[in-house]
Amino acid sequence: MLHIINKSPLTNCALDSCLRVVQSGDILLIEDAVYAATSGNVFEDKIREAMGRCKVYVLQPDLDARGFGDRIIDGVSPVDYGGFVDLTTTNKNCQSWL
Amino acid sequence: MSEIKKFMFVNRKAPHGTIYALESLEVVLITAAFDQDVSLVFLDDGVYQLKKGQQTKGIATKNFSPAYRALEGYDIEKLYVEKESMQARGLSEEDLLVDVTVLGRAEMGELMNQQDVVLSF
Amino acid sequence: MKFGIVVNEGPYQHQASDTAYLFCKAAIEKGHEVWRVFFYHDGVNNASKLTEPPQDDRHIVNRWGKLNEEHGVDLVVCVAAALRRGIKEENLAKGFRISGLGQMVEAGVKTDRLIVFGD
Repeated sequence: MLHIINKSPLTNCALDSCLRVVQSGDILLIEDAVYAATSGNVFEDKIREAMGRCKVYVLQPDLDARGFGDRIIDGVSPVDYGGFVDLTTTNKNCQSWL
Repeated sequence: MSEIKKFMFVNRKAPHGTIYALESLEVVLITAAFDQDVSLVFLDDGVYQLKKGQQTKGIATKNFSPAYRALEGYDIEKLYVEKESMQARGLSEEDLLVDVTVLGRAEMGELMNQQDVVLSF
Repeated sequence: MKFGIVVNEGPYQHQASDTAYLFCKAAIEKGHEVWRVFFYHDGVNNASKLTEPPQDDRHIVNRWGKLNEEHGVDLVVCVAAALRRGIKEENLAKGFRISGLGQMVEAGVKTDRLIVFGD
């Protein structure tokens, strides 16, 4: 299953809740959630822990827009909008954590 | 529309502060009319939607909380609450308006995996 | 694959509408079909023909309309949410139509994937 998150983990618990509930699958960080994919923020350890059981992706255009195109955590995979589309087709279902 | 899919509505927002909970409920009722397999999930602040004793007279808005009790009449009987979300808010099943199934976080994750369409507002 | 899209937020205020649009464009470029975009909550404001952004900004409303014109994407605005927010036939932009919530459920039933964009 694909889980889509769009909030910064520093202001909203969506990503935290997703990581609490989800045991496996793909996680895509878009919009303000891309800050979670940047190295050096306090959430980095949680992302690294999640990568042990889920594959974590980040929407590169959203990272670039926020000035973090070069600060991505090792192991997090960048995708463009086409890659976003592919993730929704390779997974049999998806959930937006709004 | 003879095809039956598993629809899950994930409610993660508190009522009253925004309109999401009310408009989500409106979709749920319509979905039931389409004879789909409907589940409702209450996670995080969404659990507050089910709190007993909501009185909205003082804020001059519509109190839609009694509508959760009417869901049964629409054959919507699969209501799930995540245990961790409920406990984090100091709530127990007795605080809730309706009968629910309480699931642990991993069981909740598994239930999500089994769905065809997951809607969240 | 056949996609259904739900947009829950208004244009300019929130990125949801932009992300949804760019997703639709990418899906169409990959040869998929975007069967319907359903606008709910403040998302109904994506359909106001009174929208006039500054000249150097993207025109979100017209951009949706073009998707309908060029790719036949069905743009449906929820009637209950629209009436609450003052969107009616008289100020509905070209390419959109107003209909009931059942159209969202139908999108869930008839498409291969339903993707929600919101707050």
